[in-house]
Amino acid sequence: MTRNTPILRVENITKSFGGNPILKGVNLSLNKGEIKILVGPSGGGKSTFLQCMNCLISPDSGKFWLEEKPVDIFSKKELYRYRQQVGMIFQDFNLFDHLTAMDNVTLALRKVKKMDKKAASTRAMIELSQVGLDDKTKLYPAELSGGQKQRVAIARALAMDPKVLLLDEPTSALDPDLTGEVIDVIRNLAKKGMTMVMATHQISLIRTLADEILFMEAGTVVEQGSPKGLLVPGTRSQGFCDKLNSLSGEGI
Amino acid sequence: MPESLSIIKGALPYLLHGSLITAVIVTGAMTVGLLLGLSMAVGQVYGRKSLKRVIGLYIWFFQGVPILVLLFLFYFGLFNYMGLNVSAVAAVTVVLGMTTAAYQANIFRGAILALPQGQFKAAGSLGMSDMQAILTIILPQVLRLSIPAWSNEFSIVLKDSALAFVLGAPEIMARAKFVASRTYQHLPIYIIAGLIYFVLTWAGVRALAKLEKTVRIPGYSNKGM
Repeated sequence: MTRNTPILRVENITKSFGGNPILKGVNLSLNKGEIKILVGPSGGGKSTFLQCMNCLISPDSGKFWLEEKPVDIFSKKELYRYRQQVGMIFQDFNLFDHLTAMDNVTLALRKVKKMDKKAASTRAMIELSQVGLDDKTKLYPAELSGGQKQRVAIARALAMDPKVLLLDEPTSALDPDLTGEVIDVIRNLAKKGMTMVMATHQISLIRTLADEILFMEAGTVVEQGSPKGLLVPGTRSQGFCDKLNSLSGEGI
Repeated sequence: MPESLSIIKGALPYLLHGSLITAVIVTGAMTVGLLLGLSMAVGQVYGRKSLKRVIGLYIWFFQGVPILVLLFLFYFGLFNYMGLNVSAVAAVTVVLGMTTAAYQANIFRGAILALPQGQFKAAGSLGMSDMQAILTIILPQVLRLSIPAWSNEFSIVLKDSALAFVLGAPEIMARAKFVASRTYQHLPIYIIAGLIYFVLTWAGVRALAKLEKTVRIPGYSNKGM
């Protein structure tokens, strides 16, 4: 496969809740190793779009291709297989509260990938060390800090060897002290060439990681382009980032 | 009253034997209630509309009709009509089990709805099927959350099992009535019967409280940090 073959492509995703259109036909095409970042005001549809991308919210319409093979999202079997390959990181972590960090990671390896206990533990240990939590494997979610929880969630998603990772505001539930450790992990993923779509308000991530920025508002992509092209005076994206900037006091 | 004492002494093993029958009825009914109630709760939360409606109807029926009426309806009516030769103990177990299932369904449904919904999504995002997520993520937590309410339900079913005497099932109450009406020692015999129920309830509720502590998820506490 060449670099220019999309690894994941979605077309014309629409979704309404109670007659209220939230997504009005959104397209996205993602090449291997590419990082696209969704920005825009709350309620613009970023989160809904990300969750529609692996059908955690089933879209009203839309077409899906994984490595240019069409995905029939109405076939449960095909959908489960598709989701294995498209990992997801949530704003509020969504760790399994009754399982240790280790078991959070091994569960899907054993149930979905049918690995035996030992192989699953070995794999989980590798992922948990990657995010710097090899000494916390026996702790339960309620015993971890927010940043640690999100790192477990990332380890859990990566253990499945996803081809694409979707991140829905991965740092926005964390207080400023803890965002750094999660941002570092995400930067590392980017360095290793992970293909990602991320909604975030972290200026530093938008600026430095994005191959392309998609500015979403009222259910559509209103601006789209590289940070260089888009983060210039006069664009909506720049205006939005300026606002974030003045709130966070972070240099851009 | 030495005479009544000796009567009590003589009747005690007979009454205690009745508590075994009570235990069988309650254990059976609570097991039926657990399996049926849990399935109905899952069906009500995750099932199709038609399934939800059927389960709603079931719960509405069993919550709305007195147990005594249900016992007669099933034992003398339905089972008879169907030509089934069901023992009184089995009939009581089934009826109490089906009734408590209606109440337990609500207990479990409440617990499912109280769980953060994101965990189900997270399981889905890892490629787990809905059924896998329900079995490995939802139910283990739902069962933990439900222990206090389930313990209430246990004590209610235990005491409702005394109704079995109307069908002639030889449990505590039926035996107490039998002895009392033959010896005219109503007061001491029913006090003993009451005490046996009290001890059984206490033991069961205590055991469940202990279970609740044992399976509590580390890090959660009601005492603050």
